[in-house]
Amino acid sequence: MLFATVIAIAALVIVGASFIVLRRDRDAGLTVDPPHLTNVVDISDVIDGQTVDDVGDPPSAAEVDDVPGTAEPSPPSVRERLAGARASLTGFFGSIFSGGIDRNTWDALEEALIRADVGVATSTSIMEAVKSKVEADGIDDAADIPALVQAEMVDRLAGFDRSLSTDVVAAGGDEGPAVWLFVGVNGVGKTTTIGKLAKRETDSGRKIVMAAGDTFRAAAAEQLAMWAERCAVHLVRGADGADPSSVVFDAVEAAAARDADIVLADTAGRLQTKTNLMEELSKVRRVAEKGAGTVTETLLVIDATTGQNGLSQAKQFAEAVDVTGVVLTKLDGSAKGGIVVAIHDELGVPVKLVGLGEGINDLVEFDETEFVGALFE
Amino acid sequence: MFETLSDRFDGIFSRIRGRGKLTEDDVDDVLREIRLALLEADVNLDVAKNLVGRIRERAVGEELSRALNPAQQVVKIVLEELTTSLGGEAMKITYASKPPTVVLMAGLQGAGKTTTTGKLAQWFRRQGRNPLLVGADLQRPAAVEQLRTLGAQVGVPVFSEPTDPVDVAGRAIAEATRTGRDVVIVDTAGRLAIDEELMDQLHRISDAVTPDYTFLVIDAMTGQDAVNTARAFNETLELDGVIITKLDGDARGGAALSVKEVVGKPIAFASNGEKLDEFETFHPDRLASRILGMGDVETLIEKAEEAFEKEEAEEAAARLLDGTFTLEDFLEQMQQIKKMGPIGNLMGMMPGLPKEARDVEIDDRHIARLEGIIRSMTPEERINPEIIDGSRRTRIATGSGMQPTDVKQLLDQFGQMRKMMKQFAGFGSKKQNSSNRKGKAKKGKQKGGRRKAQGGRVTERGPAKIPKDALTLPGLEGDGPPDLSDLFGRG
Repeated sequence: MLFATVIAIAALVIVGASFIVLRRDRDAGLTVDPPHLTNVVDISDVIDGQTVDDVGDPPSAAEVDDVPGTAEPSPPSVRERLAGARASLTGFFGSIFSGGIDRNTWDALEEALIRADVGVATSTSIMEAVKSKVEADGIDDAADIPALVQAEMVDRLAGFDRSLSTDVVAAGGDEGPAVWLFVGVNGVGKTTTIGKLAKRETDSGRKIVMAAGDTFRAAAAEQLAMWAERCAVHLVRGADGADPSSVVFDAVEAAAARDADIVLADTAGRLQTKTNLMEELSKVRRVAEKGAGTVTETLLVIDATTGQNGLSQAKQFAEAVDVTGVVLTKLDGSAKGGIVVAIHDELGVPVKLVGLGEGINDLVEFDETEFVGALFE
Repeated sequence: MFETLSDRFDGIFSRIRGRGKLTEDDVDDVLREIRLALLEADVNLDVAKNLVGRIRERAVGEELSRALNPAQQVVKIVLEELTTSLGGEAMKITYASKPPTVVLMAGLQGAGKTTTTGKLAQWFRRQGRNPLLVGADLQRPAAVEQLRTLGAQVGVPVFSEPTDPVDVAGRAIAEATRTGRDVVIVDTAGRLAIDEELMDQLHRISDAVTPDYTFLVIDAMTGQDAVNTARAFNETLELDGVIITKLDGDARGGAALSVKEVVGKPIAFASNGEKLDEFETFHPDRLASRILGMGDVETLIEKAEEAFEKEEAEEAAARLLDGTFTLEDFLEQMQQIKKMGPIGNLMGMMPGLPKEARDVEIDDRHIARLEGIIRSMTPEERINPEIIDGSRRTRIATGSGMQPTDVKQLLDQFGQMRKMMKQFAGFGSKKQNSSNRKGKAKKGKQKGGRRKAQGGRVTERGPAKIPKDALTLPGLEGDGPPDLSDLFGRG
């Protein structure tokens, strides 16, 4: 394994150099493909080393109706929120899943799973399981299939403790604040999730400190500051471009001094392919435990609209920071978030929370029966 | 890692070799694989079906060309079809005769509208325009602050007030006229396509500013739902184009194809990095091969160009091909490659690599270990590894915290690689200019391969020494370069 790297590097050197040569050759001799627009951008100059986050961030808190103090609606149920978006699917299923079981039944099933972003591999494995059950039990009515599929999926997702841990001793630490670290690619809703969670935990009587670990994206700390104000919790922030590890470390120290229970640590969104940024994240995780704190949860935030790339995200982040759970956001849209089934299947990381809207209360515990039910309603 | 389309095809086509035409059955098998590849890349199911239908029409009865094997021929059809679907009519930005030219940005939460607004402002600046940014996202906390920060970075003013998004947008146009800004870019709040109230608000913003261009911003990582989003936004707004973001990751970007099919409007820009200038016009051909998992050669080239010192890389490649590549060179090239990102990803982008090669999961930590071993060698040993005997091996192993067998393995593998690359070069020059290579090889012997005058010559003589065949899409030329797979088998 190690030595395949030797060859890989050699191959890359060859390819890299040849491309340069070929391109130069081409540039000199041939006309380059016509640019797509009339105006071609010159990307050679970089504005004084400044960088920005690639993404506008997560959804926000809604305005007036969610200001603390107004009558609070009870947290929504997944099924309620999804009802509207799912209505179209019902008719489709109704017509296909009746009569005998034939190839069309399985095709329709596969299509439904793929449309929900469950992905080809996981869909196939679910279908295989259902097929063998159909054969074993001698089932011959297509109308039974949806229930079987649901049962199979619920089965796969069930059996996990979805509560968020504050047990620092169980996580190998000493007395002190628990740290919940939020990680994910750009724009999935990390900051918003922290805002909602701060509200939830404060309401249940815990003392929270927020760490503005996204020192990279423009105004990320301001965004979190607004949430901190809204939930009346203490926020620790650093200068723009400061080392996120030190911000998190300071927040842990501040939490210990204030005798707080939990530090909610935000981090900058990063694509899982950027090695240096993933290393930075590992460092944040390590440094979070250098002082009085212990990381008891590392939550990967995934956007429900995410397709098959979600699997790559989960793998890379799990490798870098040892993810303990997934937060599935933006499930109130028309996207179904089926990728978490694949993530769960491949990596065994449970979904713990679901984001269902922009309001401060729109964060609920994941429930596999509701989630799967909503996929097939 | 994903199987590329051509790998999938190899099996199917091995049984129909020697026939003159593709039959319907052959095509069916192949189409199933194409469908799978498209779905794995997040192309919408319906879009994939349509596309497969079009490919079927073209593929059935297609005369098999003698130059290509059937697999290659179908891949070519698929690539062409995808490129056409993604490309089509090019987006051309023209400016309103009575300024300002108004651009409206719309999309879901977290797609990257605000950052893209900043990037677009930078782009317009480069075109010699004077944009005004408008913060009409009054919903997300600190969205306007984010835009102001970006505006300051680009050197462009930002207009916003904490009132109502529709008012802000309307007043911004007057503000632009008053201050003589000729382009106005309106950033709006992210919204779900099924949120009627917010979609209505977006419609009213659009009415208030009568945009010349309305762009939908779509995240490259979006799954099947991309079409619903695109459809809803297109119904509300009459889009003029699409901007696809976060293409710098490893998402295969099928969503772009889905959206293009649904909206029927060009993909205008692609955003592929975190820096403000990592934003460019869209290349349909690159995304087509990426969707099929066939390697994104152009992007690889660009990464290489960024990371490599050109002259050095050329010299290193030249020495690699004539067998005078040293461990010192190797170490140096490793540093360059590391700058390009995780090595596993790079391998994935390389076209024409045997499947075995792509499947090997290469961990960047392996590189660190290799580095450790090489760094524990003396300069002499690096240039002339033959002198490494048992006791030297033990010393190197101790120095790098590895086992002597690891050192031996590295040296063996390195030797093998050198040999292989020589064959590779031999193959390349057979087709091109073999006399060139001979001259080179002699030169190389003079010195243990330290970089010297050699490089210049290589450059002068151009690509003659590089096996071009290795660089075309999976062996489109017919007989490919020597197979790398036997070496990988050992890995």
